[in-house]
Amino acid sequence: MAETGRLRGAAAAGPLIGPVTLLRAAIILGVLALWEFLAHSGWLYRDVVPSLSAIARALVALLLQGEYYFNLGVTAGEIGMGLLIGGSAGLVVGIVLGANRFLSKAFEPYLYYLGPTPKIIFLPIAIMWFGVDTPSKIALGTFSCFFPITLSVAAGMRQIDPVLIRVGQSFRANTLQMVLKIYLPAMRHPIINGLRLGFGFALIGTLLAETRLSNKGIGFLIIRAYDTFNMPRMYAMLIVLFVLAIGVNALIGHLGGLERIRRA
Amino acid sequence: MTDATATQRPARAQVAPAVIGFATVTATLLLAELLIQIGAINRYIVPPPSEVIEAFRQIVVEEHIFRRFLLTAAECLTAGVMLTLCGVASGVLMHRFRLLQRACETWVAAMASAPLVLMYPLFLVIFGRNALTIIMMGFIAGLPPVILKTIEGITATRKVLVDVGRSFNLNATQQFWKILFPAALPTIFVGVRLGLIFALINVVGTEFLINYGGLGQLITDLAERYDLAGTYAAICVVILVSVLFFMALERIERWLRPVD
Repeated sequence: MAETGRLRGAAAAGPLIGPVTLLRAAIILGVLALWEFLAHSGWLYRDVVPSLSAIARALVALLLQGEYYFNLGVTAGEIGMGLLIGGSAGLVVGIVLGANRFLSKAFEPYLYYLGPTPKIIFLPIAIMWFGVDTPSKIALGTFSCFFPITLSVAAGMRQIDPVLIRVGQSFRANTLQMVLKIYLPAMRHPIINGLRLGFGFALIGTLLAETRLSNKGIGFLIIRAYDTFNMPRMYAMLIVLFVLAIGVNALIGHLGGLERIRRA
Repeated sequence: MTDATATQRPARAQVAPAVIGFATVTATLLLAELLIQIGAINRYIVPPPSEVIEAFRQIVVEEHIFRRFLLTAAECLTAGVMLTLCGVASGVLMHRFRLLQRACETWVAAMASAPLVLMYPLFLVIFGRNALTIIMMGFIAGLPPVILKTIEGITATRKVLVDVGRSFNLNATQQFWKILFPAALPTIFVGVRLGLIFALINVVGTEFLINYGGLGQLITDLAERYDLAGTYAAICVVILVSVLFFMALERIERWLRPVD
């Protein structure tokens, strides 16, 4: 899973002027024109491809709606809690596994192979344990983000320059001081990368759980739009969701200086 | 004799952590069994591991797990073939036309970080509640890594290999098939491996969410019947299948990687 982090390196390519911008504009315009043509062609069921104006109206209506922000807040809170619990657990477990070769060999394979399994199938268990309300969504978010964060932190621990560790030891730093003064600063990049991956997984886990069984949150709104066959609204919500997800992902990477390391 | 002990020692160092890991997992399961049997954990929330093991038989005999597995595998394979063909072709195209690469590579990378699986209600409307929706979900989720890794692999072809091609006066097509593509193959497979993993996750996830198809649907089915042991056993089966799939892909990747 860690490779997905490396994939993001491609995001640093391309200036914003000249032929590239022109080609981008042409592609966007082409897609929009094709979309509008399909919407009016009558070849597809009505509303499967709504006209651009309908989507734009739905987008404006969505962004002006108080209910949307309430649900966005609910989902953001669930993802935040999931990330906090899963991230803290992942950080501790990752540091322990990264610091101890024996424990790493004994337990990391389990985490490594459990990492890329579908987490949404644990929803029935989460519901049995935590009920149908918010806690089961947080549980799924927590469980989803725990694996990438743990593996990223453990790998980061092993990459710390041994000189730094010797410096800490020669100052007779205790375990807490070693963690706070040496380990965490030395592996801030793997931690931030793990957090970025973890955010993506927590987002998917939480939202999918909401689409399956809930009465609030963005996932619930999406599935309600599906149930009422309100396609323009569904498109509008997916657009906003994708913009937010890609934005937060890029922001975490940017704040952590990940782009700078990749370019160097 | 000394040689034998010297080789035994590293072997023991390799085996000991694995034994401890396995023993911990077994001990945890036994402890759970004990706590559930004495009533410290509610057995209507967590079924005893012994019942879950028993439920495997029920899943195999009554729930036709093998047929479900084949259905999920077929959906995954179809998505896999589609994403390999489309992903590699798009990657090659983007490498061939640099302007296109510069315009679109960022978009593909952004697509890789978007929660594409959330589009499943949209796909339900477009394709209906059938296997096509599941296959398409697997396909789009797995596409970005294949495209990006294909570009990366071809771009990273060592210059000396390209020069060998030039010195043999190969034309563009020959240069691609004889030099660039074989050199990029290990990296392309890294992309295909990631793509297939995402495809499997999304195929099973979508089956679970839309309650249709193979292994994912079995979990929904058993959970809705409140067959607790069966639900846990079905989840274990899905995990096992994913892990074996993941291991197999890793082995193929290692086999493809050239020895430097």
